[in-house]
Amino acid sequence: MVYAAVFAGGIGSRMGNSETPKQYLELGGKPIIIHTIEKFFVNDRIDAILVLCPKAWVSNTEDLIRKYLPAGKPVRVIPGGSTRNGTLEAAIAYLEANCDVDDATVLVTHDAVRPFLTHRIICENVEAAAAYGACDTVIPATDTIVESADGQSISSIPDRKRMFQGQTPQSFRLRELEQVLNSLTESEKASLTDACKIFTLKGKPVHMVQGEVFNIKITYPYDMKVADTLLKGKEHS
Amino acid sequence: MINTVYRLVAPGMIDVACTEPDLRRSILLRPEYLSICKADQRYYLGNRSREALKAKLPMALIHECVARVIYDPTGTHRPGEFVVPVPNMPTEKDDVIAENYLPTSHFCSSGYDGFLRDYIDFDPARVVTVPDGVDLKVASFTELISVAVHAVSRFDRFAHARRGFVGVWGDGNVGFITALMLKAMHPETKVYVFGTVYEKLNYFTFADGIYHVDHVPDGLQVDHAFECVGGEPSRYAIAQIIDRIRPEGVIGLMGVSESPVSINTRMVLEKGLQLFGSSRSGLQDFERTVQLLHTQPKLVGYLENIIGSVVDVRTIADIHAAFAQDISRNFGKTVMKWDK
Repeated sequence: MVYAAVFAGGIGSRMGNSETPKQYLELGGKPIIIHTIEKFFVNDRIDAILVLCPKAWVSNTEDLIRKYLPAGKPVRVIPGGSTRNGTLEAAIAYLEANCDVDDATVLVTHDAVRPFLTHRIICENVEAAAAYGACDTVIPATDTIVESADGQSISSIPDRKRMFQGQTPQSFRLRELEQVLNSLTESEKASLTDACKIFTLKGKPVHMVQGEVFNIKITYPYDMKVADTLLKGKEHS
Repeated sequence: MINTVYRLVAPGMIDVACTEPDLRRSILLRPEYLSICKADQRYYLGNRSREALKAKLPMALIHECVARVIYDPTGTHRPGEFVVPVPNMPTEKDDVIAENYLPTSHFCSSGYDGFLRDYIDFDPARVVTVPDGVDLKVASFTELISVAVHAVSRFDRFAHARRGFVGVWGDGNVGFITALMLKAMHPETKVYVFGTVYEKLNYFTFADGIYHVDHVPDGLQVDHAFECVGGEPSRYAIAQIIDRIRPEGVIGLMGVSESPVSINTRMVLEKGLQLFGSSRSGLQDFERTVQLLHTQPKLVGYLENIIGSVVDVRTIADIHAAFAQDISRNFGKTVMKWDK
């Protein structure tokens, strides 16, 4: 079985003056989160979808799903945790308790605010997680990355050819992810917010799946303008 | 849902745009193999009038493809099934005029987005199932084959009953496929092919005769003919057809020319000839084509021979590479394996 977990836990503190969490803002006439869920809804490699959102938004999210999605694939909405790792744990706990899970089960995790992901990215995540245990979606870094230990001066400039920017999905064999998370101390859980980083620190391989430059994360008002511009061309179809 | 579309924004320039398909109405298809047509190449190279480019771009190219069904709200097609989408999109029904001649019809990759997309969102009634066993790379240019089937169907409508010898002028892809489908649909008819390049003519092994246009035996005549040359040289082909055709024959014109072509009307009148145009195809032609490929598997073998190359596409640069390969080829089809 392959499950998608759409992480919609952010409260949008970086999204200008908007009171609405950014994943619920409208893009082209629909909330961003719906666009994202639809990508997993139509992909036949995904058996069921779990949406993890702020507790106060569970009912609203269920309403939106009912309003915009046709009947078909199971889509469940549950509250996420207060941290990314907490949300990941909530997803695992729900799946273990309520769904058909075994050692081959794959979990594809994705940010609700990345609605531009493609069919290929999802399929390659499923294949890579099944084959390697874990994978991250990345694109080659275009800017030079500068490292600074003190925030004042450069301590090193890594070779750009070896640098990649992480996107999502990040995908895992569910049981391996569970084991790795269980091995963390509480302070590690608080400081290590990226599941792929946790895998790497534990010496486990993380395969890289080629992302897309346009698989952007809508974080700032500027990103919303970029997303709107990408959709502007739709009248030519 | 947000869908990613790869549009030609100017000759040689492809950019990403997004559309919003309606999941409640559209079938979603994932391109598997796409085939480059000369019409796409003309847009890509900018070999169209400035007015045409201004009116039609930006748009996604490619109107020949085979695709996998991802999602069908009507439940007609199961996920995983292979289908070919019909690029002609009628907006009205007419009992007399075929859908591909209605001026109100739309056409993918001619003013409307073609199939270079993450998902092809389409009218579920306008896709045709590919039977199991048909080579998918060949199925990718079902549209071109259906254009030939459409032309032969029109020939059946217009031509008189004496059909012993039919000539096909043109040794390119359209000539090859038209001659092949003519032979498949009329096995008793002797099909003669006329071209200018022996290396290309040698591919036409199924034909009953192949002739270089400069070395046609004296006295050789045909009952009817198809012109599949196009461009400026089509006037020489039409002139030779009028010279070699018997009275009251029909001539099917299939070659596209950007400029007017002169015709020896004196001899058209004297011989009582009929000239008919044939362009594109409709749903019924697709259905008939797929049926022919299924019932006559030998056809698929011949058609496999004209696949010049298969280019894996994972990036926009790969699309450019496919078009570059296609332009450097004077015969055969360039097929893209879509993995973008």
